[in-house]
Amino acid sequence: MTVESTAARKPRRSSKRTGSSAGKAVADPQLVQLLTPEGQRVEHPDYDVDLTPEELRGLYRDMVLTRRFDAEATALQRQGELGLWASLLGQEAAQIGSGRALRDDDYVFPTYREHGVAWCRGVNPTNLLGMFRGVNHGGWDPNSNNFHLYTIVIGSQTLHATGYAMGVAKDGADSAVIAYFGDGASSQGDVAESFTFSAVYNAPVVFFCQNNQWAISEPTEKQTRVPLYQRAQGYGFPGIRVDGNDVLACLAVTRSALERARRGEGPTLIEAFTYRMGAHTTSDDPTKYRADEEREAWEAKDPILRLKTYLENEGHADEAFFTSLEEESETLGKQVREAVRAMPDPDRMAIFENIYADGHALVDEERAQFAAYQASFADGEGK
Amino acid sequence: MTVQKLPIAKAINESLRKAMENDPKVLIMGEDVGKLGGVFRVTDGLQKDFGEGRVIDTPLAESGIVGTAIGLALRGYRPVVEIQFDGFVFPAYDQIVTQLAKMHARALGKIKLPVVIRIPYGGGIGAVEHHSESPEALFAHVPGLKVVSPSNASDAYWMMQQAIQSDDPIIYFEPKRRYWDKSEVDTEAIPGPLHKARTVVAGSDLTLVAYGPMVKVCVEAAAAAAEEGKSIEVLDLRSMSPIDFDAVQASVEKTRRLVVVHEAPVFYGAGAEIAARITERSFYHLEAPVLRVGGYHAPYPPARLEEEYLPGLDRVLDAVDRSLAY
Repeated sequence: MTVESTAARKPRRSSKRTGSSAGKAVADPQLVQLLTPEGQRVEHPDYDVDLTPEELRGLYRDMVLTRRFDAEATALQRQGELGLWASLLGQEAAQIGSGRALRDDDYVFPTYREHGVAWCRGVNPTNLLGMFRGVNHGGWDPNSNNFHLYTIVIGSQTLHATGYAMGVAKDGADSAVIAYFGDGASSQGDVAESFTFSAVYNAPVVFFCQNNQWAISEPTEKQTRVPLYQRAQGYGFPGIRVDGNDVLACLAVTRSALERARRGEGPTLIEAFTYRMGAHTTSDDPTKYRADEEREAWEAKDPILRLKTYLENEGHADEAFFTSLEEESETLGKQVREAVRAMPDPDRMAIFENIYADGHALVDEERAQFAAYQASFADGEGK
Repeated sequence: MTVQKLPIAKAINESLRKAMENDPKVLIMGEDVGKLGGVFRVTDGLQKDFGEGRVIDTPLAESGIVGTAIGLALRGYRPVVEIQFDGFVFPAYDQIVTQLAKMHARALGKIKLPVVIRIPYGGGIGAVEHHSESPEALFAHVPGLKVVSPSNASDAYWMMQQAIQSDDPIIYFEPKRRYWDKSEVDTEAIPGPLHKARTVVAGSDLTLVAYGPMVKVCVEAAAAAAEEGKSIEVLDLRSMSPIDFDAVQASVEKTRRLVVVHEAPVFYGAGAEIAARITERSFYHLEAPVLRVGGYHAPYPPARLEEEYLPGLDRVLDAVDRSLAY
C-alpha cells in the first residue's frame, strides 16, 4: 500500500458511499452486505473493511484461483482421476472472506468443502485431493497450517473446534478458532452441543455456517423453522447473517467475530447466506430436486463477478491484472492436473500404518501375515 | 508407606491425582465429576485440589464431552473423561468411533489423541435400565481404540497411569460392582505392560479366562473346584484390545481346556474371539471345545432378574464340568 493509493482511494470511496446510500441502501437489515450484487459499495452500521486496492485484488485473485482449482478437480473427477469431488462453486466469497480474516495462529476446523479456506491457510491444494483420489483419508499434518483434516461426518468438527478453543483459553493464548459447517449440519446434535459447550466455557470459537441452501436434496426449510443465525440467541451468544456472496462483508463480519473471541467474549455464530451453484458432490444430480430459475437467480449474485465489477468501476485493477490472473489460473489448473496424475497409489503396507501411536499386538500380527502372504507370490508382485 | 490396601474406586482416584500432579496437561472431564466427585466418588476431592479448570463439570452431553476432549487433545492436553454409566456412552459412540479412533491414522500419524474414556460398567448393583451393561466388544471391534479393564486395586491404579501416559485413545472400563473391593496397591512398584494378561490362580486341568468383574467369580470357582480335586488356572486378561493371546495360548497348551467368562452377551462377544483364535492357535492341544459363559442375547434384565442373567459361581462351575467331561 502506498501513501498515494490511500489518499486517492479515500475520497473516491466516500463519494461512492454517499451516492449508494442515497439510492441503494442495505436491502435487508438482517443481512450484512458491503458490496451489492451489482458491484456497488454500500455501508452497514456495524461492519466495515478498509482495504487497499492491492488487498482487494488479492481477494479477487484468491476467489478466481479457488474457483479454477475447484473446476479442475471437478474435471478430474469426470476424467476418472478422482473418485469424488465436493465442489465449492458459488461459495468462494464465504470461504475467502472468512479465510482471509484469520491470523496464522488461529486454528481452522473444516468440513469437506473448504477448499478456499485451505487455500487461504497455504495448504498445498494437492493435499486436498488425496482423499478424493482414494490414496488416504486426510493425509496432512493439521499443525503445519493450523488447518485440521476434512471431516466427513456432518458437524463432528464443531465439537473438536470447541474443545480446541477451550484449550486455547486455558493456555492464555489470544488466538481464535473457527469451525465450518453447513445448513444441513445445523440439524446435528453435535452442532447443538458445541453451541452449549462453547457458551458455557466462553470458548474463543467462531461458528461459520455456510448456508448454501441445500443439504444434498434437502432445502434449508427441512433443517430449520427459524433463520439459522437466530439460533445463537438461545445459547447466549451473537448470531449474524452475512451475504455469503460478498467477500468484503464476510471478511468484515468474521474479523469482528474473531476479535470478539480474542477479547475473551466467547463464541459467535455467523450464517453466510450463499448458494451451492453445483451439485453436492459429483455423485449428485441437482436437476432432480431444484429449479433452473433458482440457480439463475443466484448466478446474478455471483461473488466473483460483483468484485470484478467493483474493481473495474473503481479503477483498482486494469486489463493487465485480469489477463495475468487468467494465465495464473491456467497454470494452476495444469499443475493440479499433473499433480493428481502423478499421485502414487500408497504402499500396500500403509493399511497397517498409524493405526496406533503406541503399537498394537493384533496389528503387528496381521501386518506380518499380510506381508508374508504378499511375499508368497513367486513373481514378486507382492513386494 | 507405598503399599496400601485400597478399594478400586479409591485406587483410581489416587491414580488420577498422581497423574494430575505429574502432568499439568492432564484434565478430568465429565458429568458431576467436580463438586460431587462423580456418582461413584471416583473423582472425589480432585476439583477441590486442582480447580475447576482441570476438573471440569460438563454439560449433560456425552458426544460433547468426547468431542471437546478430542479438541483439547489436539491442543496438547490429555483429557480423562468420565461417562457416567455404560449405557450412556452411546450418544458419544459416534465421536469415539468415527473421530477419536481414526484421527491419528487420517493424519498419517502426525497428531496424537491421548484421550482416556472411563466407563463404569457391568451389573450386579441393582440399578435401573442403562446402568449395568457391558459394551466392551463394541469398542474392542474398532481399530484405533484400545480397551482395558482392571479387576483389582493395584491394576486399577497402574493401568490408569499407563492409560493416561499412552498416546492412543483408551477405553478404560471400571467394574463398578467391584469399586469397593479392597486390595493392596504399591504406588512405588514397577508395573508390567498394560496389555499383558496375568495368571491369578495357577492350575493344570482347565483355564478360566476372565476380565474385570468376572475375575473374582472365576477365582471363587477355582477354589470351589479345588475342593473337588480339580486344578483350575485363572487368567485375568486385563486388556480386551489388544488381547494377550500368547498368554492364553500358553495356559491352554498346558491345561488343554478353556472356558471364557464375561458379563457381556456371549453372541459376538470377547469369548467368541478368544475361542476362535485359540482354536486356530492350539487346535491339536485342545481336549474339549472352548466354552463360553456370559450374558444372554437379551437386553440387560430388570434388577430383580440380574442374578439369573449374570454368570455366577454355579454357571461357571457347570461349564468347567462340561469341559472336563469331554
